[in-house]
Amino acid sequence: MLSVFCSGEVVCEPPNNKLDRFSGTLYWKESKFPLSNQNMLLRGCVLRNTEWCFGLVVFAGPDTKLMQNSGRTKFKRTSIDRLMNTLVLWIFGFLVCMGVILAIGNAIWEHEVGMRFQAYLPWDEAVDSAFFSGFLSFWSYIIILNTVVPISLYVSVEVIRLGHSYFINWDKKMFCMKKRTPAEARTTTLNEELGQVEYVFSDKTGTLTQNIMVFSKCSISGRSYGDVLDVLGHKAELGQKPEPVDFSFNPLADNKFLFWDPTLLEAVKMGDPHTHEFFRLLSLCHTVMSEEKNEGELYYKAQSPDEGALVTAARNFGFVFRSRTPKTITVHEMGTAVTYQLLAILDFNNIRKRMSVIVRNPEGRIRLYCKGADTILLDRLHPCPQELLSTTTDHLNEYAGEGLRTLVLAYKDLDEEYYGEWAQRRLRASLARDSREDRLASVYEEVESDMVLLGATAIEDKLQQGVPETIALLTLANIKIWVLTGDKQETAVNIGYSCKMLTDDMTEVFIVTGHTVLEVREELRKAREKMLDSPHAVGNGFTCSEKRSARLTSVLEAVAGEYALVINGHSLAHALEADMELEFLETACACKAVICCRVTPLQKAQVVELVKKHKKAVTLAIGDGANDVSMIKTAHIGVGISGQEGIQAVLASDYSFSQFKFLQRLLLVHGRWSYLRMCKFLCYFFYKNFAFTMVHFWFGFFCGFSAQTVYDQYFITLYNIVYTSLPVLAMGVFDQDVPEQRSMEYPKLYEPGQLNLLFNKREFFICIAQGIYTSVLMFFIPYGVFAEATRDDGTQLADYQSFAVTVATSLVIVVSVQIGLDTGYWTAINHFFIWGSLAIYFAILFAMHSNGLFDMFPNQFRFVGNAQNTLAQPTVWLTITLTTVVCIMPVVAFRFLKLSLKPDLSDTVRYTQLVRKKQKAQHRCLRRVGRTSSRRSGYAFSHQEGFGELIMSGKNMRLSSLALASFTTRSSSSWIESLRRKKSDSAGSPSGGADKPLKG
Amino acid sequence: MTWSATARGAHQPDNTAFTQQRLPAWQPLLSASIALPLFFCAGLAFIGLGLGLFYSSNGIKELEYDYTGNPGTGNCSACALADRDRAPPLRCSCSWYFSLPELFPGPVYLYYELTNFYQNNRRYSVSRDDTQLSGLPSALRHPANECAPYQRRASGLPIAPCGAIANSLFNDSFSLWHQRQPGGPYVEVPLDRTGIAWWTDCHVKFRNPPLVNGSLALAFRGTAPPPNWPRPVYELSPDPNNTGFINQDFVVWMRTAALPTFRKLYARIRQGNYSTGLPRGAYLVNITYNYPVRAFGGHKLIVFSNISWMGGKNPFLGIAYLVVGSLCILMGFVMLVVYIRYQDQNDEDEDEE
Repeated sequence: MLSVFCSGEVVCEPPNNKLDRFSGTLYWKESKFPLSNQNMLLRGCVLRNTEWCFGLVVFAGPDTKLMQNSGRTKFKRTSIDRLMNTLVLWIFGFLVCMGVILAIGNAIWEHEVGMRFQAYLPWDEAVDSAFFSGFLSFWSYIIILNTVVPISLYVSVEVIRLGHSYFINWDKKMFCMKKRTPAEARTTTLNEELGQVEYVFSDKTGTLTQNIMVFSKCSISGRSYGDVLDVLGHKAELGQKPEPVDFSFNPLADNKFLFWDPTLLEAVKMGDPHTHEFFRLLSLCHTVMSEEKNEGELYYKAQSPDEGALVTAARNFGFVFRSRTPKTITVHEMGTAVTYQLLAILDFNNIRKRMSVIVRNPEGRIRLYCKGADTILLDRLHPCPQELLSTTTDHLNEYAGEGLRTLVLAYKDLDEEYYGEWAQRRLRASLARDSREDRLASVYEEVESDMVLLGATAIEDKLQQGVPETIALLTLANIKIWVLTGDKQETAVNIGYSCKMLTDDMTEVFIVTGHTVLEVREELRKAREKMLDSPHAVGNGFTCSEKRSARLTSVLEAVAGEYALVINGHSLAHALEADMELEFLETACACKAVICCRVTPLQKAQVVELVKKHKKAVTLAIGDGANDVSMIKTAHIGVGISGQEGIQAVLASDYSFSQFKFLQRLLLVHGRWSYLRMCKFLCYFFYKNFAFTMVHFWFGFFCGFSAQTVYDQYFITLYNIVYTSLPVLAMGVFDQDVPEQRSMEYPKLYEPGQLNLLFNKREFFICIAQGIYTSVLMFFIPYGVFAEATRDDGTQLADYQSFAVTVATSLVIVVSVQIGLDTGYWTAINHFFIWGSLAIYFAILFAMHSNGLFDMFPNQFRFVGNAQNTLAQPTVWLTITLTTVVCIMPVVAFRFLKLSLKPDLSDTVRYTQLVRKKQKAQHRCLRRVGRTSSRRSGYAFSHQEGFGELIMSGKNMRLSSLALASFTTRSSSSWIESLRRKKSDSAGSPSGGADKPLKG
Repeated sequence: MTWSATARGAHQPDNTAFTQQRLPAWQPLLSASIALPLFFCAGLAFIGLGLGLFYSSNGIKELEYDYTGNPGTGNCSACALADRDRAPPLRCSCSWYFSLPELFPGPVYLYYELTNFYQNNRRYSVSRDDTQLSGLPSALRHPANECAPYQRRASGLPIAPCGAIANSLFNDSFSLWHQRQPGGPYVEVPLDRTGIAWWTDCHVKFRNPPLVNGSLALAFRGTAPPPNWPRPVYELSPDPNNTGFINQDFVVWMRTAALPTFRKLYARIRQGNYSTGLPRGAYLVNITYNYPVRAFGGHKLIVFSNISWMGGKNPFLGIAYLVVGSLCILMGFVMLVVYIRYQDQNDEDEDEE
């Protein structure tokens, strides 16, 4: 058969990233066949219900639509990293400046003094002028002062980040018991940015939801079932669920199905006709395929999980859908097999928002069963008792309020005559050449009227554990959450409600669904106008008009009311175009919640990129599937949900864990701490290096700018490595300002990170200033004391070596006290390191100045005897004390005053914690959103049209199974990565032009 | 799921205080109960210490005389003029007459002070060889390169002690004479020239090379004295325990100063009648003026001083302590006021809640 095809030719569009579109033509044997998306299988698809099929590869490798959707991998760095690089460059510039100043000083000194001092100190042979001497001294000073450029900073920063990453990996509270997966920091370079996130972009399916639909409630002829009741008949609280309903009477029941309300089963057993009809409808009106490998082992293959849930519910309540052929449906009704003749499937589509089947039962009666959105279906009912209608509507509202997806069920009896006539019209309509769709729709609409209401179903799109709480908490922490999903608008909005992103309290939810540029622009403009015009807008309404004329951006940031934006994929495509993207961004950022539905993987990445580019904010993308990979790679931080089927998202991600709810801990606890620690670490690090190095600068003015160091060479070597490295590392790894539970209770504690308050250029200059201040005192106080001092035995005190030891000792003590002040969380390790550093300083000092070492290397250990001689002097200790107090007291006073006058939230939290150990729970910021009634339709149906037709046609129906090819996003291998490699390998190989013909 | 279970060894993280970041810790908070007492106590302690320091420093007597010999300042100007273009040795003497109206309490120390003399210049302070000075015979004849240009004589003889520091050894000498009765004869006051250097310097850091045939001069054979020195190192003093590298004047000079103005101990006055101090009367210091400093604008001073528990006269420390102590107290009061005002407010806020 393949050889027959050899003469064929395919002309098609060039490779692109549009997943839902394909156009091409197949030329074969002088005839043309149009190729559309219907004929396409995307890479990664799994073919079901068939043993084999013929296909032709149109695009391969990097040309496939999925590969076209994957973004480039970029090296991620944190903003602090970038800032650090800038600062280090600045410091380098500062170093050169100091070198120049001191070199000029040296030239002047040599000219004025040094020249005449030559009797005692002749110039070096090579030096013939003061100018040249200054030039040499420039380089000497660059070498001496280079400690101001923190070379060990980068190493220390990496060590700290590694520590933080380990803490994330070790966190028991981010370990998922069910899936046995721990959280994993897959990169060690981004930790502190976790504390600065402002925008979270989340996938829906698999991330917010479990992708499991559960039949949770139903309303049958005015009675609602499904509430979990306790013994006394009150609505039970969560956590004390009674036993689920026992379905053992039914051998065909699916034992994974759980239902908590026994009254429904009783109603079925009692033979209530409404209930029976209700479940009969559920077992007939669907496009599910069944498979029975062994007798009694039924497997349903549903195109959408909603349908699967409904049919499974019917199955457990005794109406078991057994099998279907193109013309029949066999159902086991309470144990007896009944075969219905399938006359027609009136398929689902987006406009109709309903589907119906017309069946003839064994008695020969023809009946239409219909299920669909409440908004549509309630209008086409037979005038029935108003009471039933209103109770059902109440139930529907109640369900919708709980975030459940609702469907209304109805039926209608048709007489033979009418059906025959209608079938004729339908046939004509379906054969019509032009506007076939419209004609069919009107024919369908005609028959789907005057129906009798049966009831309503409510399906729960099961959220992952703790999702609403997490979202509420993150919102309180001023993190904006955008949901980017490939799902349909209704589904996405529904999830928005059930996870409390959207609430009924919101002033308005804008829905942008325009198909053209103009429509989208108009819709966005209207949304903005509404936000500005609303009475909620800012407190000072009268200035609004002025502001609006000035610039929209600034005003929109301050909109007070709560708004939400829902935008469709095709509208988003327009909104992301260069001329509209800013408009879109402004509108979206003014909204509290943004939901983008029907978006392609690339669009997800584009949205992230847009926010990244224009908002200068840290973005985080979280997702679980291959379609989230590009978004995860684009965002500053990518988080993969692990433990699901696929690993591609995890492989592309920077952090991975198995449940969405861990995000709050990752950001509010780990991220916050990481940011705090890193900032404190950097501040202290710059401070200590400046305090250390700048002393040389001041000393330069008193030693003829001769590049003489203030300290012993060993002290210079060991200062950064031994004396001061470990305490600050310990602080960088272990410090905590408030305990972890507090950062959950007070999400506002997260804000300093978003505003970048703890380490920025201003903070840097403050640290530097403090360092320089310290260095000034560190030099001039000993200078003042030593200028005329003598020891208590009358000998000279102001010798160079004693001066060096005094300054070094006070420096080590001052920076140790400073780290003590900075450390907020003194664990045993901190104690050990801080006290240990001081002890090791004195130990090394005395060892270096000991006789033994001098006897071995007299020229290397010139400070012999210095420590014991100098440190025995009361004057020296008085100097050290004075220096320490003068350096530290202003810091203490400043911090105390700041604590009293302008405390940070974290200070307040610590303070209240100190004062009242038993913190009242009054500050609980989580509010339980109680929504009792909602006027919103909870209708959602997640599948597409076209399957009814497929079933009725009987095409591809082989052994009662249907070739149902569904595009799965999760394949089990990392083929994208392997492809990426191949792509680079085959870059040089020849490939066709734009419209390349593929020969078969 | 199998993947995650195997590939990541998905055992549950350890539930230890360390891994869960729950190490027991002390979380100090800068509360008023710590900060205010800290400031007041520190302030009081500093003022107390400052007063003590100030008064003990004030109780110290100092007497100094600039004998550089700038024109018109005493009788050393003649020597100073001569020092213009001289080659050592030049023996010029001058004297300083002074009288004490009352007892100068002892023990009295005699210092010389140099100004504008950069002993802390890097090139100067490295120009020495501690191995040579520690008496190692091999190093004696092979001075380190740092000593250049005072490493070897033009004749090729190694210089001992080598280097610029040694070469510039201060070589003025002083003698003190006391006139007990007006018009009476001047009696020399004994100056103790030992015990003016650190014990570790004289016994560990500086050592003479091993004697050859019991003679220090032989031990130094094959070396030359520094160019500025009129006599070799082993003749610095007739006292065999105070000559060579361990000569205390030399040791004191070799301990370079930190600052361009420095004082070095010349002698202690503690013998005979002068152990309690210098009695009232007229005195004369006889100065052998050898050391040229006017070329680079330096000054030479001679200083008599006594000391207290905290060393010599040092007004800076006392004043600094007083100032810092007062500032602490002042700051403490400011903080107290702020604290009281804002605590009231906070309390009100809490009441309102």
